[in-house]
Amino acid sequence: MSTNTIALSELPVPRPITLRLHEWVTTVDHKRLGILYILYALTFLIVGGIEATIMRLQLIRPHNDLVSPQFFNQMFTMHGTTMIFFAAMPLVFGFANYLVPLMIGARDMAFPRLNAFSFWMTALGGLLLYFSFLGGDGLYGGGGAPDVGWFAYAPLTAKTFSVGHSTDYWTLSLLSSGIGSIGTAINIIATILCMRCPGMTLGKMPLLAWLNLTMAGLVILAVSPLTAAQLMLLVDRYLGGHFFDTQAGGSAVIWMHFFWIFGHPEVYVLVIPAFAFASEIIPVFSRKAIFGYPVMVLATVAIGFISMSVWAHHMFTVGMTSGANTFFVLSTMAISVPTGIKIFNWLATMWGGKIRFATPMLFCVGFLFQFLIGGLTGVTLAVAPFDWQLGNSYYLVAHFHYVIVGAILFAAFAAFYYWFPKVSGKMYNEALGKLFFWLFFIGFHLTFDFMHIPGLLGMPRRIYTYEPGRGWDIWNLIVTIGVVFQAAAILVFAANLIWSYFRGKAAGNDPWDAWTLEWSTGSPPPAYNYAVIPTVRSRRPLWDLKHPEDPDWRYE
Amino acid sequence: MSTLSVSLNNGNVDWRLPSRGRVGMYCLIGAEAAIFTIFVVAYLFYIGKSISGPKPQDVLHAPVFYTVCLLASSLTVHIAVCKLVAGKMAAFARFWLLTIVLGGTFLYGTAREWVHLIFHDGLTVSTNLFGTTYYSLVGLHAFHVTMGLLALVIVALFYFAARLRREHAERLEVLSMYWHFVDAVWVVVFIVVYVVGV
Amino acid sequence: MSPTNIFAPASTPAQSIFGLSIFVILTVSAIFIFVFALLAYAVVKFRNRHGDDRTEPVQVYGSTQVELAWTVIPALIVIALSLATARVIASVQDAARPPSALEVIVTGHQYWWEYRYPKFNIVTANELHVPVSDPAHPTPTFLTLLSADTDHSFWVPRLAGKTDLIPNHPNSMWIDPHEPGLFLGQCAQYCGTQHAKMLLRVYVQPREEFERWVQEQQKLPHGAAPDAALSAGRRVFESTACINCHTVSGTLANGRFGPDLTHLMSRETIASGAAPNTHQMLRLWIQNPDAIKPGSKMPAMGLSDQDLDRVTAYLETLR
Repeated sequence: MSTNTIALSELPVPRPITLRLHEWVTTVDHKRLGILYILYALTFLIVGGIEATIMRLQLIRPHNDLVSPQFFNQMFTMHGTTMIFFAAMPLVFGFANYLVPLMIGARDMAFPRLNAFSFWMTALGGLLLYFSFLGGDGLYGGGGAPDVGWFAYAPLTAKTFSVGHSTDYWTLSLLSSGIGSIGTAINIIATILCMRCPGMTLGKMPLLAWLNLTMAGLVILAVSPLTAAQLMLLVDRYLGGHFFDTQAGGSAVIWMHFFWIFGHPEVYVLVIPAFAFASEIIPVFSRKAIFGYPVMVLATVAIGFISMSVWAHHMFTVGMTSGANTFFVLSTMAISVPTGIKIFNWLATMWGGKIRFATPMLFCVGFLFQFLIGGLTGVTLAVAPFDWQLGNSYYLVAHFHYVIVGAILFAAFAAFYYWFPKVSGKMYNEALGKLFFWLFFIGFHLTFDFMHIPGLLGMPRRIYTYEPGRGWDIWNLIVTIGVVFQAAAILVFAANLIWSYFRGKAAGNDPWDAWTLEWSTGSPPPAYNYAVIPTVRSRRPLWDLKHPEDPDWRYE
Repeated sequence: MSTLSVSLNNGNVDWRLPSRGRVGMYCLIGAEAAIFTIFVVAYLFYIGKSISGPKPQDVLHAPVFYTVCLLASSLTVHIAVCKLVAGKMAAFARFWLLTIVLGGTFLYGTAREWVHLIFHDGLTVSTNLFGTTYYSLVGLHAFHVTMGLLALVIVALFYFAARLRREHAERLEVLSMYWHFVDAVWVVVFIVVYVVGV
Repeated sequence: MSPTNIFAPASTPAQSIFGLSIFVILTVSAIFIFVFALLAYAVVKFRNRHGDDRTEPVQVYGSTQVELAWTVIPALIVIALSLATARVIASVQDAARPPSALEVIVTGHQYWWEYRYPKFNIVTANELHVPVSDPAHPTPTFLTLLSADTDHSFWVPRLAGKTDLIPNHPNSMWIDPHEPGLFLGQCAQYCGTQHAKMLLRVYVQPREEFERWVQEQQKLPHGAAPDAALSAGRRVFESTACINCHTVSGTLANGRFGPDLTHLMSRETIASGAAPNTHQMLRLWIQNPDAIKPGSKMPAMGLSDQDLDRVTAYLETLR
């Protein structure tokens, strides 16, 4: 079935580069903004990776003097802030932006101009944060990058202890990107609730849409408290306020509460889209429908709700009452039930299938394996007394990197390879994809498996050096060696990206024989997405078309 | 570049979804409510904890008149939108302008109160915990009132430029939802600051 | 064996945590083995074989029974873990303070530890001395945790879990070490530039030895010998800014910003464990603290070589 309209990108005359750049900078098209978000995120992923490499080189042996303590403290602050706010969040928003309208049969997001505004506010945030190296003039003359840790506990952020403007760059950059995040969340919710194609009831939309809807709801409820706390910090630092001024009777603990009321749902904001990717990719490569769609929806929404009630498990050592500690143990344990359900559902989807191990599926299996482990170390940390030993140690650092890198980033790479043909129109190089996976897998496990051990042996986090004779040396060495493999992997990834863009063979509409709406339109999709807005009758409209004798809507 | 046209029900579907503007505004209100909640929590937490300086009971006087003005403005904006839906442009304009006047009066009242607190009672944002939390909470609300007033004024300008039509009623209703939210926040702030905290 | 291994408890709180952690680790290990086995089996058994006909496998949309099972069983496991956890929380956090308990007030500073023993009227820094506790007749030490500036955390893994020191938010923890010895740890909440070298040394001593230590700490220091060089050193100390930050009992030095130096030479390390307490290190610390702990709050005093020698000699009389 062909259309009579010619997409703009099919015009034969090559347009000047200035015009094309101008189009990208002024675009309100969700697909272009999605690509901008993802490229932005990949750039900062590399920058954050360099910061991590510097830290690992400094920690390769005890009493090393590669970098000064001041610089190291800036490195871990910038690494954490960059990775969460300018790598992971934009990655998640980029995929949501690109995929949600396509998968619900819409032509764009609900508010395209708000969409562009949100992207540029996020981009401004990253710019502000990195400008701090040049501006800010911190006390020690090493440039003014913030050095208060990514969660910036009070009163370290007070003007007394954080002289100069480095902390302000942290605050302002997060205020800016926070506005961008909230704008995008509003857009995602309005798009999903108001712009689904005919026949696509909430019970028939792809799980990716449900999961992004939940994620957006969490952003609205969680990023706002961070915004409030940032405003309070600015009042303290510039108007002489006392929100967190312990000398005036203020509370350092209340900053922790406000921050973690944001901080915990934030990690679910990051992991729920990872669940979305797995929920779309695993079925296609197992050749089976997702197992238990209704329960997957319920479990996700439950995770969203419960995640708002667990925040003080980041504060077990702060001196809350035993009653309060016990409450947060219970709520944190509770969230592992719906999370475990999802793992079982993905396994059940693979069970009895005909699994094809292309690169996206390799990354999904890695995701499952690593999310299982990361989730279980999370359960150990939920045991408050155990957290009294393990909290703020390298065991904790290993846990959260296991989930953020091992689960979230692996799922993101799965998504990247799965939808790359759709976005670019070209197939990526499968051999390079598999090489990337194995290099990254080996590097990841060398670094993050062994990282648990120094924590169990008493090594706290955020230290620029450590004492010999505590049994930490060999493990730190192995952890650092893993970085080499991960760096090599990223180089392979970049090479594949470039090679495939220029030399990849044409992908066609539907290279994976998949079942959701985006595979019914061109690769890349035309600017208007669909010539005719589709009408659907089940959760897998393309399955129904390909199997008219056994459509899904008979079973749903 | 061909696409597969997906049409599985002959397009015979009665398909109605909520309006984008409404859903978007509800989401914005949700986010703003979360921000205000944190400021309210901080205010409640710090009641009675100031080490020195003026106390709420000494310097605060409940601004009842200005509160009535603000709450009345919710009523007038609602009536204005109803008039617009009915096509009664002149009546709409009267009630819309009245809303602006009432909102402006409220802001004037806040300014008066602050001048008195700062110059007469010596309470500033840096005086003590009460000062910090009071000015932050009331100030954040006043900022939102200001933004809302700005939007209302812009709509009034469109009216006077003869660009406002009956079809815009839904958009104005969405805007009025924001205004109602700002009023609802004031109810909470009033209770927390002038009733509970005193 | 690592001196900071959390699996080598030497005190009741660490022991309680250790016992609970074994239960938790066994539980999650069993879960891991079970789920991993399923994953490995699925990956091997259900892979697409080459030359397979391209038909789709049977589509299974769900199964209420199975889904119920994997909801109920994890819920039960979670309940069991929570109950076990609640018990240990209560036993550690809400332990009653016996009258025989020793109280030490710990104040965290950027980047050193202040210890006050109100019962004995002694003040010391960086090296905590406590008596051994006999499990049959416990004599625990209760630590009140305060902070003079930013957040810190007291973590000596073999003795107890960590508890934070937060300004305007006093905390409390306790230890009852069962064996004498030196127990190591360090600050576990990022507190600024030299967080990494805010080390902890806890000397657990048999009762008589501890009491002897207390008595030594209660005396005024030696160094009253009328030797010309010594009083020159004391003069340097008391006429430069040293006395603004440091206290030496019985003299006019009564600053509280830095560690109490009254019995400096009774300590094995200086700069909160960053360097051994030797003549060379002590002299270097006064001359250029950044050489040992860059970014610490001790300024370089800009003394001449001769004054440096004199002051060091004076400090070495503070036993």
